[in-house]
Amino acid sequence: MSLLEILQYPDPRLKQLSDPVERFDDALRAYITDLEQAMRAGPGGVGIAAPQTGHFIRVVIVDVSSKPKIEQHGRMVMVNPEIISYDGFAKGREGCMSVPDYTGNVVRAESIELEYFDEFGEKHKIESVGFEARAIQHELDHLEGLLFLDRLVSRRSDLFRRKIYKK
Amino acid sequence: MTHWYILSVVGKDRPGIVSHVTAALYGGGCNLGETSMIRLGDSFTIMMMVRHAGTQKSLQDLLSSVADSMGLHVHVDKMDGKLHRHIEPDVQITVYGADRPGIVAHVTGALAEAGLNIVNLDSDVGGSNESPIYIMHIDGVAGEGIAALESALEIVIKEGVDAKLRPIETMIG
Repeated sequence: MSLLEILQYPDPRLKQLSDPVERFDDALRAYITDLEQAMRAGPGGVGIAAPQTGHFIRVVIVDVSSKPKIEQHGRMVMVNPEIISYDGFAKGREGCMSVPDYTGNVVRAESIELEYFDEFGEKHKIESVGFEARAIQHELDHLEGLLFLDRLVSRRSDLFRRKIYKK
Repeated sequence: MTHWYILSVVGKDRPGIVSHVTAALYGGGCNLGETSMIRLGDSFTIMMMVRHAGTQKSLQDLLSSVADSMGLHVHVDKMDGKLHRHIEPDVQITVYGADRPGIVAHVTGALAEAGLNIVNLDSDVGGSNESPIYIMHIDGVAGEGIAALESALEIVIKEGVDAKLRPIETMIG
């Protein structure tokens, strides 16, 4: 079986809005298997969104279990995910399989609450923090046609000096 | 046959330096790569990778008229470099303290010995004329691990600067 092709910027399709999934069927699950394979083929990739493979449906996979020391939920297949609350903010470095050879600083919410369906149509609600929350926010942006390039903050100036006081 | 050059431009800061310099390069058929352009003191400084189908001399000549009219000092070096050779920093270090000679030499000396490869460093002097403070921001690669750098920083902290280290966990999604 051949790997799904990852679209790379400046491919205009990465700016496209993705549609909600309506049927949780075998075809969806087969696609998700391919999507996960494409994610794991990328070097160091901890997440992927369906539109990165040219499928404009609201499906993302996040799995940060390669970073064992952080708070996390392991492998998550998220269909029609919605972030229902955001709290705090943090600057962190991001890269993207659709934007090779470039990384930059992006501000994301420090913690989020999220609802999604798994590949069998079962609803889940989780809270996620830190690195995993960053990965989820990055992937959900793809569903809206946004890249981390749309959210870059300056490399030189630290906009959030006050954060230092919180340790 | 084109080559990559490192072009340095320095002059008293005024509006339009970047646009005039880059327009002259574009007019001469050059292509820009990675660049760093920043105001230091009241000077404006540019260092950039420029791809040019000619010699060091012909690249320098492309800028002679804008250099004369804007009072810029231009220097060109040939380089072996290429694009797409980024290395990913895995640690960020901030150092600050009352300004005095030797902070950079001292701190980077200790960090280099502990395995740090600096990818990006910028520093500034703030505070007042009477009591200036020095602030330095480093992104780098911890060649011998984070713990070695932490030990090195503990020593420089004892010697009178504040220093904070934060691992950079780049999220690839």
